[in-house]
Amino acid sequence: MCLAIPGKVVELIEGLSNQAVVEVTGVRRRVDLGLLQDDMPVPGDWVLIHVGFAMSKISEQGAEEQMRMLRMLGEDQAAMDEVRGYGLNGGE
Amino acid sequence: MAASDMRYVDEFRDPEIITRTAEEIRRLAEPHRHYRIMEVCGGHTHAIYRFGLKDVLPANIELIHGPGCPVCVLPMGRIDDGLELGKQPNVMFTAFGDMMRVPGAHGSPLERKAAGMDVRIVYSPSDALKLARTNPDKHVMFFAIGFETTAPSTALTLMRARAEGIKNFSVFCNHVTIIPAIRAILDSPDMRLDAFIGPGHVSTVIGCRPYEWIARDEKKPIVVSGFEPLDLLQSVVMLLRQLREGKAVVENQYGRVVPWEGNRAALAAMAEVFQLRPYFEWRGLGFISQSALRIRDSYSAWDAEKIFDVAGVRVTDPKAAQCGEVLKGVLKPVQCKLFGRECTPERPVGALMVSSEGSCAAYYNYEHRKAAASKNDLAPV
Amino acid sequence: MAHGAGGKATRRLIDGLFAPLLLEAAGAQLADAAQLEVDGARIAVTTDGFVVTPVSFPGGSIGELAVNGTVNDLAVSGARAVGIVASFVLEAGLPTDVLEAEVRAMGAAARAAGVPILGGDTKVVEHGKTDRMYITTTGIGRMLPGLTIDPNSIRPGDRILLSGPIGDHGITILLARGELDLEARLQSDTRSVFPLVEALIGAAAPGLRWMRDPTRGGVATSLNELALDSGLSIHISEEQIPVRDEVRGACELLGLDPLHIANEGQFLAVVSPELADAALAALRAAPGGEAAALIGEVRSEPAAAVLVTTRYGGTRIVDMLVGDPLPRIC
Repeated sequence: MCLAIPGKVVELIEGLSNQAVVEVTGVRRRVDLGLLQDDMPVPGDWVLIHVGFAMSKISEQGAEEQMRMLRMLGEDQAAMDEVRGYGLNGGE
Repeated sequence: MAASDMRYVDEFRDPEIITRTAEEIRRLAEPHRHYRIMEVCGGHTHAIYRFGLKDVLPANIELIHGPGCPVCVLPMGRIDDGLELGKQPNVMFTAFGDMMRVPGAHGSPLERKAAGMDVRIVYSPSDALKLARTNPDKHVMFFAIGFETTAPSTALTLMRARAEGIKNFSVFCNHVTIIPAIRAILDSPDMRLDAFIGPGHVSTVIGCRPYEWIARDEKKPIVVSGFEPLDLLQSVVMLLRQLREGKAVVENQYGRVVPWEGNRAALAAMAEVFQLRPYFEWRGLGFISQSALRIRDSYSAWDAEKIFDVAGVRVTDPKAAQCGEVLKGVLKPVQCKLFGRECTPERPVGALMVSSEGSCAAYYNYEHRKAAASKNDLAPV
Repeated sequence: MAHGAGGKATRRLIDGLFAPLLLEAAGAQLADAAQLEVDGARIAVTTDGFVVTPVSFPGGSIGELAVNGTVNDLAVSGARAVGIVASFVLEAGLPTDVLEAEVRAMGAAARAAGVPILGGDTKVVEHGKTDRMYITTTGIGRMLPGLTIDPNSIRPGDRILLSGPIGDHGITILLARGELDLEARLQSDTRSVFPLVEALIGAAAPGLRWMRDPTRGGVATSLNELALDSGLSIHISEEQIPVRDEVRGACELLGLDPLHIANEGQFLAVVSPELADAALAALRAAPGGEAAALIGEVRSEPAAAVLVTTRYGGTRIVDMLVGDPLPRIC
């Protein structure tokens, strides 16, 4: 269940509480921010959109940290492969 | 024409990192062990097929599709009840696109539309409410489905309807909750599972605490996962590491979006508008207590089941259909006797063949014509 | 109702009902246009009905679709359109200015395509019987000299060429209906593809095996038809497929696959491997062909199926849809 897509808050809608225009690569839609009232997003924030409602603010830091961990996965191994390639352990 | 990247999406589809993560999985997976990992959420099932992730996983990791498809678990009787409501004079039947081809005993919503019923697809419950505002001479009924991801949005919409005094709007509530479904899976004697990929978007609402009993009492690791290829692959890495170490804890892979404590405002909206039904029938899993939501008495003016007479029909699936076992992951779609014969996407017998998240539809559309059937798909249950 | 959507149901209707009862002379494969010889001249003829709502949308209208659609069916059959006749079925309450706008649009499209509208017919039906107006156009064309397009000559190793970005038309229509409350700077891609087809033929005629315009049902449907008719396998590479940002954004939001979305100004071609690069270069050099791409190739397995592959080796089968693509939330 749950098709949800990241989108950028472009503008808050004047006169309508909790409504904003959110953009996903050039496509805009009115999105209800009512579920994020404890920590309202502002224009420029990224939110996760599901059925026209924002479910969560996307943490840029969280995303970057995750990417860093993912990149390290391969790098550790690439480093190990390189060392192995030096043939120091004879036929491992 | 250079296309721009979609932020927070394309990074997690990076082909090089996917390849390296897949290599890490192959390194971590013990060669003589056969892993049975269930992804609970239908959205994960869809993602696995869409991104061809089975092709990058080693053959000894078997992904079992769980019951987290809110369309699939709805018994046919509820669809018939909803369509009966749609037959009332001046009623506009609104629902998500996912519902439109699901067969009821007397046709799907789209078929009823062809026969003259006012049926509209909406993207959001708030769009259904908007239709009520702009069509004062009609009664707009919204057929609400979904797990805890979607329920808060229905809740907020009902709160708005009440705040604005909109009288020509009601909700036919079929929201269900995920924990009882997972419990039913684990209680099932036919199931042998090693670990779970936990539903990412449900968890943006309920957080990660509700899964703690799975690790603590059932001793199964569970990783709450995002939906991009790297999210799912990283979750498999995390599960394999736990299994290697003999650990069983809840981990949150989808931290950029899932708060451990969940979304207080969303849970509050749900509590304001809904309460748990004592029991609810799930296709394939039978009656499960405390597993579905109904609208509170304080909102009965917007409860389609209170406004209209709902027959409460129970319709059993055709005997030969094995929707239940496939839903539980006990059978692979191809092992159902009707699969690909009487039951195809064109003439579906059950919702699993209609819903884009249903394992039968996914299997039919993505897998069954691949020349080399992978061992995973034909392995004995 | 699902039968007109261009996918499996349409095909069953044609294969199961129309073809056996009406089309004895048509031969084994139904193409976009019928071919016949009249006193030594190789003539192509095609007809198509246009029923789109709304009748007017960003980038075009039903009148333009009616002209370009028929011109394109002839073009991908290797024929230059020489004339069109049009039949209108109008709803009694249709405002005159709407009709006038459509007729003007058709005239403009016909002039742009260099194809005269030779005549037509009009019928008016009761209010409520049609969605305002339906147009059917029948086009006659002259097969380009020296050209033989033989789908039976398609072989594993042949390459698949796509003229430009996909999904523009279908998403534009979906948004124009207004039910989904989405906004995007997007317009229909409706245009005559004949100049591009001509450029392709100029560069690669000896290696040109098959062409089709992927209208309703999208690229997925056309390639599945190819796979089914030839019994071969089509493998396309996901990252080679040109898609505009806005189309991608709308598809991600709504849970749609661009491969299933209708196009009105694009075409697919199968070209021999030796001439594939020349074919691509010719398209890219032609006005409107800048985004052309080689998106995949023909193989033998899995038979009669279309496979999409990702750069990391993930694959999925892409099938024809049963009916129209529906937005989903799950």
